[in-house]
Order: sequence, then structure tokens, then C-alpha cells
Amino acid sequence: MAEAQVRPFNINFGPEHPSAHGVLRLVLELDGEIVDRVDPHIGLLHRGTEKLIETKTYLQAVPYFDRLDYAAPMNQEHAFALAVEKMLEIEVPKRGQLIRVLFSEMGRLLSHILNVTTWAMDCGALTPPLWGFEEREKLMIFYERASGSRMHAAYFRPGGVHQDIPEQLVRDIGDFCDPYLRRLDDLDRLVTGNRIFKQRNVDIGVLTQEEAWKWGYSGVLIRGTGAAWDLRRSQPYECYSELEFDIPTGVHGDNYDRYLVRMAEMRESIRIMKQCVKRLLGTEKTGPVSYTDNKIVPPKRGEMKRSMEALIHHFKLYTEGYHVPAGEVYAAVEAPKGEFGVYLVADGSNKPYRCKIRAPGFAHLQSMDFLCRGHMLADVSAVLGSIDIVFGEVDR
Amino acid sequence: MNGFVENYLIPGAIMVGQSLLVLVLLLVFIAYVLLADRKIWAAVQMRRGPNVVGAFGLFQSFADLLKFVLKEPVIPSGANKGIFLLAPLVTVTLALAGWAVIPFNFGWVIANLNVGVLYLLAISSLGVYGVIMGGWASNSKYPFLSSLRAAAQMVSYEVSIGFVIVTVLLCVGSLNLTDIVMSQQTGLGTKLGLPGSFLDWYWLALLPMFVIFFISALAETNRPPFDLVEAESELVAGFMSEYGSTPYMMFMLGEYASICLMSAMTTILFLGGWLPPVNVAPFTWVPGIVWFVLKGSLVFFMFSMVKAFVPRYRYDQLMRLGWKVFLPISLGMVVVVAVVLQTMGWAP
Repeated sequence: MAEAQVRPFNINFGPEHPSAHGVLRLVLELDGEIVDRVDPHIGLLHRGTEKLIETKTYLQAVPYFDRLDYAAPMNQEHAFALAVEKMLEIEVPKRGQLIRVLFSEMGRLLSHILNVTTWAMDCGALTPPLWGFEEREKLMIFYERASGSRMHAAYFRPGGVHQDIPEQLVRDIGDFCDPYLRRLDDLDRLVTGNRIFKQRNVDIGVLTQEEAWKWGYSGVLIRGTGAAWDLRRSQPYECYSELEFDIPTGVHGDNYDRYLVRMAEMRESIRIMKQCVKRLLGTEKTGPVSYTDNKIVPPKRGEMKRSMEALIHHFKLYTEGYHVPAGEVYAAVEAPKGEFGVYLVADGSNKPYRCKIRAPGFAHLQSMDFLCRGHMLADVSAVLGSIDIVFGEVDR
Repeated sequence: MNGFVENYLIPGAIMVGQSLLVLVLLLVFIAYVLLADRKIWAAVQMRRGPNVVGAFGLFQSFADLLKFVLKEPVIPSGANKGIFLLAPLVTVTLALAGWAVIPFNFGWVIANLNVGVLYLLAISSLGVYGVIMGGWASNSKYPFLSSLRAAAQMVSYEVSIGFVIVTVLLCVGSLNLTDIVMSQQTGLGTKLGLPGSFLDWYWLALLPMFVIFFISALAETNRPPFDLVEAESELVAGFMSEYGSTPYMMFMLGEYASICLMSAMTTILFLGGWLPPVNVAPFTWVPGIVWFVLKGSLVFFMFSMVKAFVPRYRYDQLMRLGWKVFLPISLGMVVVVAVVLQTMGWAP
């Protein structure tokens, strides 16, 4: 007797699903509870960022980067600013670099705390996100005090940062560090050692190092497999080479290792932040925070009231913008989610000819299929949490 | 004709009156249990919880009730309308029906059945039908998966709950719930030299079973970490995905009624029902019902704290825990308890 043809149970996981992390749509082919195939459908949050940037001046393009990975806005701006600076061949003053590093690491905290706690929620623990958001709120207030905006900061601009930060803000950030470490310890007690959380994540979604290299993964995913690959170390930008920090790595490349790497990275970020705070209050207490040539960086308001030339610069920069010499460049930063790169082609005008954004989440989402295959339905949301997808950057 | 009125009509009317009284009190109590659940949960999460309707949000549950009742019930076009609407009714009716045999104090029971435990077991097992019917009748994939899970989960944990109850019954020698409580007046504590104290209750003598019963009760009522049936990160809202307004509220009501029922059962089986913790003067003045409610609330508090702490099990892990851990332990304990009772001559 011929075996009966059994139709697989297809299910739409998202785009309206509590753990679809925004607007991800996964078409799952299930055999009972076992996942046979995962087919990610993307594009529901596509806004044409890259195309839009082609019609904007270099400065006007900056805010688009906040809206990519909105869990850590400034890190994205950073990549774009670096790319433009490379083309213009300008150097950011030390104080500006330190502020950038400080806020980049805060971005890492913002992103990782959001990820590990909501991931715990994907596994069914409903308390951690509330604990995490408490800290996130404090970080966002620092963002606001520096840039005027909680999320879409537009603070890192080609040439440096928009404004200097007051000394009190630096002190407050310094005071924030240790309580944050205590909160991480709390999370450790609540989540890290939890048997159910371990059962849900250990040996789930195992990624080998070879696969990770082949698929172009970066960030926590590749570090989880044991490779100490971190752009802050391997291709240092800003003043990362002067700062002390370790690169935590995993062993097994499974969900749980990725979780541990993220927790450890947050502690390293705090370490970097403390060094920055120390230098911003010590050796680099004063000084310019951005490139001083007013052909690229707008003059200060006070100057404009007194100097005709400054007024002209201001007018030119906010209407036409500055011209960037023709050429192409790739600049990447170690964003919380992995290597975030900007490939910029300039034709000598005031607008980029092409701006290709390399978002880590886009590459990582490819792995959903082979990471989830053979696991159960519940593991899909755990794996999705572990690869840390934010749809702003995947769909762009 | 005289005999009919005296023997049937009057006792019947009294019973209806008693049932109504219990139902009303119970529903009000559940309203506050719901609020307490949300408040406890909020406190763990460093939130305030509902605090707008009435002082400290005391009328929140009633506001929610009004909201749900006044909403339009939406029935999906592909749903089986009859079963779709019947499912919440089944859930809520069964959850409330169990209370008929619960003794709140000595003699305070609507139906003093000799097989009270069996009745409770039967009623709580039937509870799964509401979920299965709701999930199937919705004609939607997530609810369908959820009802499949529910069927497997509830049956699995029913088995170990059954064996836990058997060990208690071995010690009591009766299936009557009042007898179960009364038998806890003497026990381990008496043998240790502290007669009439909380050490006499079965939680100490049968500690492993108490733990298993509590955990199985979590699974039986679909509370975290066993809330696979309505796992929002996997199945959206499980079997309730397609429900709204009054039917949804009835599911929630049924869920909390059965949680309270399980708390009451734990109290009766392991925590000495209405007995005071120590049988001396100030404690014995307090009416039994107060102790009963206090103990039940304590168990509920544990239910609610567990919800705040734990992640959720995966389906296969849940099954493994039920069949490979709890079942052997409870089965083994039945044998051990029986042997001990028999050899020591403690058997009732």
C-alpha cells in the first residue's frame, strides 16, 4: 500500500506576531511541532533609504542612519560619518573621538540589553524586559541630553559630533556605570542560571565557525562560535586602539553562547565607557569636538552673529552642503549587531552618487532556515531572539 | 406529597441558595485574585500595576468586566459558530462546578460527597474540553496547534496529579474532602511531639508529593512555565487568538476560577484546610474560613510569583518532565507510602 501523501502544516509566523521582532514574516513548514523549513519574507519595512540618500546632501543623509537599527542609533551614524571623513581625508579631534566612542558603547548597551531581555521574553520570561527597559530609559536620557533626541539623535556628523557635552553629563554617565553592572548581575541571577532558560537555549541554533564565515556573519554571531573577530580590534577606528577591553567569545556557537557573549560584551562596554569618562574629565577635558574647518563643519551660533564669513559658511552648508571629492570608500564599524558598513561612491558633487548600506541583520537573517530546521516551533522564536534582528536595518 | 416538599423541594432550594451564595462570593473573590495577580506581577517587574480605577485600582477587574461585556463579540467567518461560543461556556461552567464539593469550613460545603476527590478530578479533567473545542472551532492554525498541545499537556499532568492524590488518600482512608482535612488534625507533628500544629498537615509528611502537586497544578491550569497553550511568543494567544469580548472574558474567568480551585485543592489536601496552624488559644478563635482563605491565597501567591519568574518550557521538555520525571516519582511514592503505612501500622 502506498503511503498517504501528508501535506505539511504551513504556518505564517508574522508579520503580525508578538515575537516577530517588528514585521518579519516567516513561512514555516511544520511537521507537527517540528520545523521543516523556514522561509523569511522581508521588505515590509522597506523605505528606500539608500535611494533617498542619493538625493540628499551628506549632512542630510545622517538622520536616515538613526532609523536603520533603531535599537542603537548612533552606531549607524558612526559608519556613515567615518565613510565621509575618509573621503574628505579629515581627522576628528581626540575629544570628539572619545565622545563618539562613549556614545557608541552606550549604543551597544542599548542594543544588547534590549536584545537579551526581549529574548528572555521570547522564551516566556516576562519580567526581564521590564528590568532592562528601566536601564535603557536612563541611557536614552543621556542621548537626549547630548543631542536633544532620545532615539533619532543625528549626533555623529561627518567631522565629529554635533555639540560638545557638558561636564555634568560626563559625570552622570560615569555614575551610571556601576549601578548598571549591578543590574546586569540581577539579570544574571534571574535569567543566566535559570534552568528553563538554559534548556531552551543550550544546543539550539548551533552555528559552526566555518558556516559563520561563509555566510558573511559578524558581530556576536561569529564571536559566539569562538572567533575573536571584532572590528574595534581587527581594524581599529577612532581611538579604540588606545582603549583597554577584551573580546568575549563563545565555544559552541549555540543560542546560549550568544547570550553569554552579549552579557560579557556589556561589561566590556562599561569598561570602555569608564576609560572614556576618565579621559573626558582628565586629559581631554576641553578641546574641539569636531573638525575645525568651517568648509565642512558649520560654525557655532555665536560666531555667526559676529563674523560675516561664518554666516556665509552656515548658509552654504545648510543649503548646498559640502562637496566630497570623487571616489569610493567603504567604512565599517562594529555595531552591536555586527559589522555595519557603508559603501559610498562620490562623484564630486554635494550628494552621494551611491550609498550602499551593509546591515548585519540582513546577513544574519539568512541563517533562520538552517538554524531552525529540525528544531521545534518554540525554538524559532528563541533563535530569532538570539540572532538579534531589527527590521529597520534588514529592510532599510 | 408532603414527603416530596420536605425531602426534595426544601433541601433543593437550600442547595440552590447555597450555590448562588458561593458563586457570587467566589466571583467577587476572583475579581480581586485577578487584581492581586496583576499587582504581584507588576511589583516583581518594578511597575505599579493597575492603579487608576478606584483606590489602588481596586475596581479594575469590574471595569474590565464592563469593557469586555460591552464589546461586540466577533466570530470568524470560518468558525464553527456553535462550538466556538460553547467552548468558553464549557470552560467557565466546569471551573465553577468544581466548587460544589469544596469544604470552606467544617460542614460548610454544598455537596458533601463521599467521592469528592474523584468528582474534583473528573471536573478538572473535563476542563481541557473547553480549550480543545475553542481551538478547533476557531478554524485557525495557531489556535489549532494550541488545542493539540492542550490535549497532550493536560492529560500528561492529570496522571501525576492522580497519583499524588492517591498517596494522600492512602493516608486518609477516605475520598471525602472533609475527612481529608479532619485527618490532618493528627499526623507527623503529633508523632514529633507537637500535636495539633501545622506539622501535622500532609505537606511535611508528603513533601515531595506536595511539590509535584503544586507544579502539576501549574501545568493543569496552563500557568507559566507551562503556559504552552497560550504561549504568546509562539502561538500568539493560543486557543484564545480568535476570541474577544465576552467569550474571551469567560475563558479568563474560567482560567482564574480553576486556578483558585487548584489553590483550594492544595489547601485541602496538603495544608490542613480550615485548621488553624497551631491549635492553641488565639489561633483557635479565628473562624476556620479565614484560615482557609488565607492558605488558599498563600498558594495563589506562589502561583503568581512563579509566573513572574520563569521562562516557558518547550513542548517536548514539558512532556519529558511529566512522563519521565513526575510520573515515576509519584508512582514510586505511592508504593513507598503504602509500604510505610502498612509496615508501621499507621494505615487508617
